[in-house]
Amino acid sequence: MSELDGEGEKTVVLEVRDLSVSYGKVDALHGIGLKVHRGEIVTVIGPNGAGKTTLLCALIGLLPVRGEIVYLGERQDAGRSVEKLVRQGMTLVPEKRELFAEMSVEDNLLLGAFDRYRAGHRDQLETMDDVFDIFPRLMERREQMAATLSGGERQMLAMGRALMAKPRLLLLDEPSLGLAPLVIREIFRTITQLKKLGVAILLVEQNARAALQVADYGYVLETGELSLEGPTRDLLTDPRVVESYLGLGGRH
Amino acid sequence: MDLQIALLLGQDGLSNGAIYALLALALVLVFAVTRVIFIPQGEFVAFGALTLASLQAGRLPGTIWLVLALGTVIALVDGSRALRGRQFRRIPWIVLVNCGIPLLLAGVLFAVSAASLPLPVQVLLALMLVVPLGPMIYRLAYQPVAEASVLVLLIVSVAVHVTLIGIGLLFFGAEGSRTPAFTDVSFELGDTLLQGQTILVVVASVVLIVALYFFFERTIYGKALRATAMNRTGARLMGISGTLAGMLSFTLAASIGAFSGILISPITTIYYDSGFLIGLKGFVGAIIGGLASYPVAAAGAILVGLLESYSSFWASAFKEVIVFTLIIPVLLWRSLKTRHVEEE
Repeated sequence: MSELDGEGEKTVVLEVRDLSVSYGKVDALHGIGLKVHRGEIVTVIGPNGAGKTTLLCALIGLLPVRGEIVYLGERQDAGRSVEKLVRQGMTLVPEKRELFAEMSVEDNLLLGAFDRYRAGHRDQLETMDDVFDIFPRLMERREQMAATLSGGERQMLAMGRALMAKPRLLLLDEPSLGLAPLVIREIFRTITQLKKLGVAILLVEQNARAALQVADYGYVLETGELSLEGPTRDLLTDPRVVESYLGLGGRH
Repeated sequence: MDLQIALLLGQDGLSNGAIYALLALALVLVFAVTRVIFIPQGEFVAFGALTLASLQAGRLPGTIWLVLALGTVIALVDGSRALRGRQFRRIPWIVLVNCGIPLLLAGVLFAVSAASLPLPVQVLLALMLVVPLGPMIYRLAYQPVAEASVLVLLIVSVAVHVTLIGIGLLFFGAEGSRTPAFTDVSFELGDTLLQGQTILVVVASVVLIVALYFFFERTIYGKALRATAMNRTGARLMGISGTLAGMLSFTLAASIGAFSGILISPITTIYYDSGFLIGLKGFVGAIIGGLASYPVAAAGAILVGLLESYSSFWASAFKEVIVFTLIIPVLLWRSLKTRHVEEE
């Protein structure tokens, strides 16, 4: 937590002001404002249908937005695209994982570095070794087709693939979705580990307790609007959060 | 029918089948990556063959005008977009790639008399004239509607096909062309004569198929194309843009088409509109593979070639009918054995 104390001096990786997203005439997100600093985990928690996935899809450029997004000190204009943002080190691990099912784990990882390869970097094998250090399970499964992996391994592969791009900002969409509690714990342990590498992480979660425990700062998203925000230690004890998202002291 | 005729027909069927197999692979590739049913695939066959024939006859192939025209239009479209986006640094590059290279090609064509060049150089020149049409047509006709439904893309394909047929007639005239055989070698196999050209077609096709296999299995760009075919969103999130994948698959399809045309032009007389029927037979092969499986598509295409060849012996008038009727039992069989497609 001590890293947070110098917040004023930390580099802002992502800043969003008054962001709105609509599907046709329906506003899915309205007036969102948030900040992510370097080496920080920020979480957005909220119930199903609050617009969490929409938020991440909008940030990575899959959806058109209104409002202001400043990424790495640069205001994003109308010409922003997924490809440009990926080139600038923003990577999304989507809720559905979106793996290349009929390819080996190794090829999935390799393609995570596709854009770096195109940009002329040839350090894929070293990066892959780093990813295998973080997820030893992927090393064991490297020859296997992605489709044959278990749910937890798929999530690991999706995260490993994202790390192959050496991201500066990692967007994680519900990494705990559909996983057993033990696996969730392992995934979240890895997320804290990533933070030490200096990656900024925006973590969207329904599993509020797990998310608030690893994150530094949290936002609560309800029906398309941010209703609450604060350092996670405050949110964990905030009665409104406890009542709606954590339940009465029950751990899982 | 005795053994000799059977072997002769088999030889014919195999060499045609090899070409259909190449086209079937290109069709599966384009469909898997871009969801485009690439009807104009056959036009690349005709353009390849006829461009080579014009070069050999000492005429200026009309293809160069098409390359120049499409390049200019693309330069205008992309250039004005770059202007509006204030990306001035990109403009010289856009002009150089889209206008400079075609102009250079035209210069070469005017400067040297292509007819006197050695055959491999002529072939290379023909490929350089026809292959760029693939990505150029993708850029102009398909990229603006890349997100549209399969049906819309199919309609665009029909339009491109009809346009190219018309342009082909304009450039190459109504009369057909046949290029001299690459090799006069022939072998005797028992009583049958094995034509060197036939062997060349089969060998070249096999080499190309193996090369494609390595491209898709071993190179990161090949894997990126497969990834796009498997999961478009996932690929985009890795920075593999639909445009890049589309351009790449159309370049490959155009290369395969033009190369096939060059391979068969010594065997068959090619007219400006011959490509359609050839492409359609490749399409039957691709359908046998469900527009998804490369090996089944290739095998299906060879079956089409053999079926065509043997039916031309027994029921010559019904040869096309027999080949295209094959699609009905295939579709029936495919629809009966369709499995539920799993997510992810």
